[in-house]
Amino acid sequence: MNTKEALLKYILRYADNNFILGQRLSEWCGHGPILEEDIALANIGLDKLGLASALYKYAAEVDGKGHDEDHYAFMRHEREFMNQLMVEQPNGDYAVTMVRELFNDVFDYYFLQELQKSKDSILAALATKSLKEVTYQLRHCSEWVIRFGDGTEESHARAQAAVQELWRFTGEYFEMNEVDETMLKEGIGVNLASLKDKYYKHVAEVLSQATLTVPLNEFMQTGSRKGVHTEHLGYILAEAQYMQRTYPGAKW
Amino acid sequence: MSEKKDNQWPLWEVFVQTKPGQPHKHCGSLHAPDAELALQNARDVYTRRGEGTNLWVVEAKYIYASSPEDIGPFFDPSNEKVYRHPTFYHLPEGVKYI
Repeated sequence: MNTKEALLKYILRYADNNFILGQRLSEWCGHGPILEEDIALANIGLDKLGLASALYKYAAEVDGKGHDEDHYAFMRHEREFMNQLMVEQPNGDYAVTMVRELFNDVFDYYFLQELQKSKDSILAALATKSLKEVTYQLRHCSEWVIRFGDGTEESHARAQAAVQELWRFTGEYFEMNEVDETMLKEGIGVNLASLKDKYYKHVAEVLSQATLTVPLNEFMQTGSRKGVHTEHLGYILAEAQYMQRTYPGAKW
Repeated sequence: MSEKKDNQWPLWEVFVQTKPGQPHKHCGSLHAPDAELALQNARDVYTRRGEGTNLWVVEAKYIYASSPEDIGPFFDPSNEKVYRHPTFYHLPEGVKYI
């Protein structure tokens, strides 16, 4: 794999993560538990989509095939998407959404800190910009997880169930394949394995503050690095891609 | 008035400071279960377009306010006291630096 191929895949993976999670969060729009949270989640979803859009634009440039950013979001097939399984998991109740957000944002928080040091100046600049957004997003979901866990019996049970359900998708964040190795060698990518301890320490601190139990199971679901997804991604793409596929190149 | 119990979270008043050194101005209100979440929600609801550099949230029940009936006794007396305005005074010619 040459550097250009690896870079393209590297950009697309993180773009896909943000695109799919942004799409998931946008499902809450108009359905939030209260108006203020509805606005907060739409904001966070838009931040994720904004980053995805910037990354897809950069991917188009690296790819050099004359595509625009929409091509990568709307014209690729399920097996071509490299997003982690975590971000495609259904919203569930608000505890599930906040725990999923926590598990993802803790990773983003440490990943972007490292990506800021990338030799690729565009990735480094995007990381610096997004880190500010993610720092807030992490604060938002952490506060909710703490309140749910340390709240009523009902909210505690739901938050614990969400932690139990989503835990097995955390391992994937630290998997490194040929793409990561190539990017690391070039000084562009992040050593994911080195983030693992910080990640689990941070997550455990929030969960402990929330009086929630860190699951003991070490089985981790895997597949996204090869484009193998859970059943949920297809439905997300069907909804997200419908317009472009029905009316290719539609403008408004 | 409806007899229905209000099951909303407490109301918070939001104050935004546009620039360091300037006063915080009231910009609206929102519902939130506690101060930290009120602050976060205020950030999302009221500062999305570069409005602020600092935020205050105050639970509405802690604001002690004058009521509409107070308008007469509170504010009317000042209307006829023109000498409270600087424009009431004539400056002698030749006075500088005022």
